[in-house]
Amino acid sequence: MESKPIEHSIEDTDYPKKESKSATFFKELSKNKHYYVLMAPYMIIFLLFTVIPVVISFGLSFSYFNMLEFPRFIGWSNYSRLFLSDDIFSIALKNTFMFAIITGPISYIACFIFAWIINELSPKVRAFMTLVFYAPSISGNVFFIWLIIFSGDSYGYLNGILMKIGIILEPIQWLKDEQYILLVVIIVQLWLSLGAGFLAFIAGLQTIDKSLIEAGAIDGIKNRWQELWFITLPSMRPMLMFGAVMQITQAFAVAEISIALAGFPSVNYAAHTVVTHLMDYGTIRFEMGYASAIATVLFVIMVGTNMVVQKLLRKVGA
Amino acid sequence: MASSTLKIFRVNKKLNRSFTVTFLMFVFLALFGAFMALPLVYAVNNAFKPLDELFIFPPRFFVRNPTFDNFFDLVALMGNSWVPLSRYITNTLLITIIGTVGHILLASAAAYPLAKYRFFGSKMIFSVVVLSLMFSPHVTAIPNYMVMSWLGWINTHASIIVPSLAFPLGLFLMKQFMEQIPNALLEAAKIDGANEYRIFWSVVMPNVKPAWLTLMILQFPMLWGTDGGNFIYSENLKTLHYALGQIIQGGIARAGVGAAVALFLMIVPITLFIISQSSVMQTMANSGIKD
Repeated sequence: MESKPIEHSIEDTDYPKKESKSATFFKELSKNKHYYVLMAPYMIIFLLFTVIPVVISFGLSFSYFNMLEFPRFIGWSNYSRLFLSDDIFSIALKNTFMFAIITGPISYIACFIFAWIINELSPKVRAFMTLVFYAPSISGNVFFIWLIIFSGDSYGYLNGILMKIGIILEPIQWLKDEQYILLVVIIVQLWLSLGAGFLAFIAGLQTIDKSLIEAGAIDGIKNRWQELWFITLPSMRPMLMFGAVMQITQAFAVAEISIALAGFPSVNYAAHTVVTHLMDYGTIRFEMGYASAIATVLFVIMVGTNMVVQKLLRKVGA
Repeated sequence: MASSTLKIFRVNKKLNRSFTVTFLMFVFLALFGAFMALPLVYAVNNAFKPLDELFIFPPRFFVRNPTFDNFFDLVALMGNSWVPLSRYITNTLLITIIGTVGHILLASAAAYPLAKYRFFGSKMIFSVVVLSLMFSPHVTAIPNYMVMSWLGWINTHASIIVPSLAFPLGLFLMKQFMEQIPNALLEAAKIDGANEYRIFWSVVMPNVKPAWLTLMILQFPMLWGTDGGNFIYSENLKTLHYALGQIIQGGIARAGVGAAVALFLMIVPITLFIISQSSVMQTMANSGIKD
């Protein structure tokens, strides 16, 4: 049950009528000053390390800046260089979209399907299975285990097994062969992707009003698919939207896993992403203006996709 | 087999599923459960493998002769190193504990007014927080470095801890959870003469304990796994995860020691989740983004 926020609007209070607008505004501010004080510590840090950096990044993207000299305004040339003459960036962009288009929807649907099946289990099994599926995403940086599994010599688990049963004769260089790198990174990314969104789905499924389902049965819901589309999905739309934000942001941010598995830079840039490109220019070449342009492009891609998907999800079951 | 399969699932009287569908769902879940769990099981097994079992062909999944050698080797190895292992562990604990507790306090303090009151700027602030969920911290990495160097925080633990205090996800979840505290409770406290700070501390905070644990489970693994990034370069300020990277780079002879550290790094957040799971699920039920 959600209770309505307590309104402290200007209309409720009896101010003398002659007071100017700005005076009522300041009265309102001082009346609510405790709230601003409570929010201040968080908001100062949030402004300093999230809001202002986005603005700085946008500003710097129109400049040449190498950390030593003062930034010099160069207009759109960072962007034109990025899109017209940077071949590596187009590879990075293509890879990032590949990752996002595959891992985004798959991980989102996987989050939902697993949550849906897990929700059918008895409470103890449910708690255990939730742990099994959620554990990889919080087990820190254990994904280097996959390095051993996909190791390029015959001691690698995958090679060892495939050679033992005779599918391959020679070990495959999973992390050095351009053919496989992207696939391997996608698999590990998917393994790590059942995070906060997954938990939100399980929790959301558990809170669906049982009487809705019963009412649906009376209204002629015939099978579980109809129940899913007409009752379950619409009742957990807020969680679906939250999960989408989590999965989309994650899907576009592939970098650490790519670096850990495929190296930096990866063979022939096969696992190079927009974020690793950003790291390249930001932390190695110190072309901060150019790196800021990459960051701004990344920001636009992430927020833009999120906004579009939010719009689409509002239509689910409606 | 059949009856045990059916017992795992909750009995749903309204819409009965056929046995085949139930069985297929069970197989599906078991297969993917194995995919999720095996690397972790393998990590646990590896930590207890003697060196000759770590490098055997064909590779063996489970340990035959479990041993604690890797853990003793780890202590011996780090005992000889310039910076002792305890130093890395202390650094990681310091960052993780201050970062997590601070985040819960600050995010709760900011969430309470946003959840319960309308005032100038409240809606806009919350929209900005939701917007900031929609991009990853990579976007702000470069200006962050500049802000840090301007503050003189490069190569201090503050550069890791302070930004983590204001991660938007925590504020978002806390605000959604606080919305369900009954207003009557707050009004009653106000009539009793409590000021806003008192209400926040003695009425609101005790009522959102499940959300504390949720913020903890989201914040803790992130800080626990930090390697110091670009901000920390002094060896004695580095974290355990960084030390793990160094150990693994030591090559094949360090594989066992590396596995021992990895087990330690992974077991802590997982244990925390096991303890806090039911509270976390309670909070996530309120996680939705409303229209």
